[in-house]
Parts: sequence; structure tokens; C-alpha cells
Amino acid sequence: MSDDHVYMTLAEGHEDDTRWAYGTGFEDPLHGVDTAVPDGVDAGELAALCVTLADDALVSAQRLAEWTTRAPELEEEVALANIGLDLLGQARLLYSRAGQVDGTGRGEDAYAYFRDAGEFRNIRLAELPNGDFAFSIVRLLVFAAWRLAHFERLTAHRDPVLAAIAAKGVKELAYHRQYAAEWAVRLGDGTEESHRRTRRAFEQVAPYLGELFTAYDVRDEVVAVLRQVTEAAGLPMPVYRPLPGSGRTGEHTEHLAPLLAELQGVARAHPEATW
Amino acid sequence: MVTTTLDARRARRIAEQVPDPELPMLTLADLGVLREVSLDSDGTVVASLTPTYSGCPAMAEMRAGVAARLKDAGYACVEIRTVLDPPWTSDWITPQGRRKLAEHGIAPPGAAPARAAGPVPLVLSPIRRSVACPRCGSADTEETSRFAATSCKALWRCLACREPFEYVKEI
Repeated sequence: MSDDHVYMTLAEGHEDDTRWAYGTGFEDPLHGVDTAVPDGVDAGELAALCVTLADDALVSAQRLAEWTTRAPELEEEVALANIGLDLLGQARLLYSRAGQVDGTGRGEDAYAYFRDAGEFRNIRLAELPNGDFAFSIVRLLVFAAWRLAHFERLTAHRDPVLAAIAAKGVKELAYHRQYAAEWAVRLGDGTEESHRRTRRAFEQVAPYLGELFTAYDVRDEVVAVLRQVTEAAGLPMPVYRPLPGSGRTGEHTEHLAPLLAELQGVARAHPEATW
Repeated sequence: MVTTTLDARRARRIAEQVPDPELPMLTLADLGVLREVSLDSDGTVVASLTPTYSGCPAMAEMRAGVAARLKDAGYACVEIRTVLDPPWTSDWITPQGRRKLAEHGIAPPGAAPARAAGPVPLVLSPIRRSVACPRCGSADTEETSRFAATSCKALWRCLACREPFEYVKEI
């Protein structure tokens, strides 16, 4: 069977050309999943948790996508875009779950496109501008290490849908953390310039670590990973001095609103559009 | 009852033959994403699919493909369900699927890493993996990027025949 032939069979039944091309239609990614909330699980808390985790992923995915056409090497551009795509997929599943359980029946688009910065619950670390490659790598390392540890625990959550989303995410996040950790070591243990920039990046992320360690106690595990990486990279462990405020209560840096303006612009200008 | 069983089997065979949008040499059965096809008492065909990666953009196309094929085959009522648990693993790619991948120049995955409960360890020393070149068969190959054109693949190159090739990652 030639590739041409199989592509033709794929296009069968898609004479209406609004169907072919990924992303048309945007069906609910949890389509057909049992939506019941188990007894004893607080629907409001579950929805809030899903939105929080989805916001982290959506904002991170947007920042990672900004590297497209700007990364130091084509391979890194492809890697960062793929990591962003995994996170975007996690965000879609989590927003869908939130809409199922919070009683509003909202779809993923309502959460992603039609909320303002003050309604987002992502950590501020995720919304900071990309900076140089070293900063983006160190930020990704911290984020992936925290999210992996957090998701690993969520696989035992009493909501089976959230537990399944987490189990899927664990496998993806292990790849993300591995990628960022290897680059952090390469940069820290590289040239004088890459060492200096990576050291600075760790200092820049340090004030935002506090926001990560709230809901679940994964702090020791994340700190152990950062210690392992900084030791291998020949870098000092960052000194942790928490900033006041938290993205988790809707207090954000000045960087989130412009990010959302770009992310939401088309959807808000043409709210009924499909493509 | 016999008719229903036969009919369910036929529906399954039809759904199994739908090609994957991103690896079109594979059917959904080869890829291991078609979990179940059953027939409800009212005649509705229920097909359950599982995504490979959370962000896999081909998922909607797979659903549409299965629904369209079954409708073309005369099943008026088709329902597609998403199953997330247990999560897909590259171990579910069938032996036939692995053979087809290799025939198309894509190295099939090895065994997925066993996942123990508890924290996922970070290993910083290079993980040695032997991947045979799907073109010349040489084991003298190296990874160029762990991420490639689709979520499920990595980029490798053969040091013997010098050809780059794709490799389906273990997950």
C-alpha cells in the first residue's frame, strides 16, 4: 500500500473541506468519557484544581510556542514545540473536565479564550517572558519537575478522569524533565558564558518556587531533582526567597495580559468563527 | 444473538482498518488505539479509542475516520468513546504494526520503561539504547533529537549508511 493511496483513503468522506486539516471542529477531547463525579468528591474543588493545572499548561504552551522560528537549533525548536503541544493537550483535557464538573457545562474554549488575566490561576513562573535559552530551559526544568511530581500523586486522585489525565501526563512530563535537565547540565557545564547565563537563570526562577509548593507536598522531591541537576551542572543551588502574592489567587505579573491578548485575539474578534 | 455477534465482529474489522492520520502505513488496530468495538441492544455501534499523547492532533481525525467508515458500511448509529485509562503505551503497537513501520523506514519502539509506583527517577547519565537502522540494519546509530515531526517519534541517524531516520519512542 503506497503512502499516496492511504492519504487518499483518509480524505474519503471529507469532500466538505472544512473537515480535513487538524483543528477543525474542535470536538470535546473528553468526548464519550463517563462524566460522573464520584461520591465524596467536592465538584467545586475538583473543577478549581483542573483549571489551575490547565492554566499552568496553557500559559506554558504559549511561551514554548514563541520559540518556534527562534530556537538556537532546528532540533530544539521541534523539541520545544512538541513539549508545548503535550501541555496544550493536557490543558484541553483538564478544561473539559472542569466544565463537566463545575455545573456550567463550559467547553475548553470558554476557559482558554474568554477569561481575563485576573481569572487565570497559573503560577507566575509560567507567564514570565522566555528570556534567553538558558532561562527557558531552567524554567522548563523547574516546571516539569514540579508537574511530574504533582501528576504522579494525582494518579491516585479519587476522580477517575483526573487520575487518568495525570497518568497519561506522567509519561509525557518525564520526557520534558529529561530534556530540560540534560540541557541545564550541558549549559552549566559548558562555556563560561553558558555557565554564567544558566546560573543567572536559576537565580531568576528562585523567587517563584514558593508558588509551586502549596496544594500537594512535593517540595522535597522537586528540590532533590534541582539539587541533582545543579550538582551535575557545577552550579550552586538557588537561594529561595519567596515573593509576595501568588498567581494561584489571580495576582499576576504585567506579562500575563499581553500573552493572553495574543492567545485570545482571534477568538475574541470572531467569537463564532470556525476554520 | 449469533447475528449480533457476527455483526459486532464485522464492525470491529471495519474500524480496525482505518489508517492512522499521521502514520498512514498503520491501521488504528496496528497502532493499538482501538480499544473496543461493541454493538448495543438498539443496534448502535460503540467504538472506543484511546489517544497516544494528550496533545495528539490526530485524535479528532481518528474519531471521524472510524465513524465515517462504519456509516459507509451500513451502520446508521455510531458512537465513538474516548478511553483514557489505562494510558496508551508503545507496547500496544502490534507485531504487524512494527513490521510495517520498519518497511517504511521508521524504526519501531523497544519495550516501554516499566513504571514503578512513587517518584519517577531522573537519570542524567546517557541511556544506551540500541536502535537498528531501518534502511541498512546497522546497529551503529545515534539519536539526534528526542523530539521529531510528531509527538510519538524521535530523530536518529545511521553512522553506517549516513541516512537519518525516525524512531517511534517508547512511552
